[in-house]
Amino acid sequence: MANGSVPDLASSMPHDFRRGVGAALPVCIGYLPIGLAFGVLAQKAGLSVIEIGLMSVFVFAGSSQFIAVSMIAQHAGILAIMMTTFIVNLRHLLMSSSLAVVIPPSGKRVLSLFAYGITDESFAINHPLFKTGGWNMTSALSMNYAANMAWILSTMAGGYGGQYIPENAFGLNYAMTAMFICLLVYQLRERIHVVTAILSGFVAVILYLVVPGNGYIVLAALAAATVGTVIKRSGRRTSTRKS
Amino acid sequence: MPFDDYMMVILGMGAVTYIPRWIPLVALSNRNLPEWLMDWLGLIPAAILGSLLIPALITIDNHRSLNLIQPESLAAIPAFAVALKTRSLGLTALVGMMAFWLLEKWF
Repeated sequence: MANGSVPDLASSMPHDFRRGVGAALPVCIGYLPIGLAFGVLAQKAGLSVIEIGLMSVFVFAGSSQFIAVSMIAQHAGILAIMMTTFIVNLRHLLMSSSLAVVIPPSGKRVLSLFAYGITDESFAINHPLFKTGGWNMTSALSMNYAANMAWILSTMAGGYGGQYIPENAFGLNYAMTAMFICLLVYQLRERIHVVTAILSGFVAVILYLVVPGNGYIVLAALAAATVGTVIKRSGRRTSTRKS
Repeated sequence: MPFDDYMMVILGMGAVTYIPRWIPLVALSNRNLPEWLMDWLGLIPAAILGSLLIPALITIDNHRSLNLIQPESLAAIPAFAVALKTRSLGLTALVGMMAFWLLEKWF
């Protein structure tokens, strides 16, 4: 094959695909330390690099994978692991619902491919981009699968030799938190969004301190979005009555 | 754990993770929803990010206790300022990481 075909291929790479991968970059950087940490832990729990990679392919949900590995290490049963995974990942139900109303009309096949990549991170990036109309399914799918690749590879790399990488090198452990800060800023469009986010955070902290488990994320979000909706709609009613 | 049992575990985990991701997307898209539901779903992203982020900033993970002043919460201040000012994901991550790295050394 001629060398000349390489730049040709690169320049004809669809614009939407490149935009999607570009949007995935910060997510990939954020996944790196978490993926490595997961790989190290999984390897210590007795999983091989292949087994680690397979879990990342089939599940692709960070926190539940951490929990599953510790349960496997404690010889938990398959049903207990599945139940826990289901509960921890139930928040994707809310994200998927919220995405459903902003994405363009799509076929079932595309929706099924897109569903696989719904994570906290991809959701927070895709949602505002779809909402403002500057995004399409090709970009969103490219973004999801680029992030997915980064997750699979970083978890496998962690299983292979992650113990040699110093903990929190260059503040990498904070990459995801900092990213969520920016993604939250994207969501603060009107005052009601600010009120909802603060309320949700406040309720989440209280639940987190009082109730064991991971239910605090979903419960707080459900409560805050409901209160926010009531406030928003009562405000709308008063303003229409005034006018 | 034997490989076959392990495969059962991750296939089961995969199924219970994929189904909640898939059902709402297929059930709710391409459909007109009532206004209150649209309002509610529109507030879900801000609510979820609030409930994911704020506990991570002001609590300690392994004992589940409140700790308002710690590297996580302090590094959030410059990160938040950069996010508001530039709306750049990369720059916010960079500033947050640098601040966190320095604060971790300090604390």
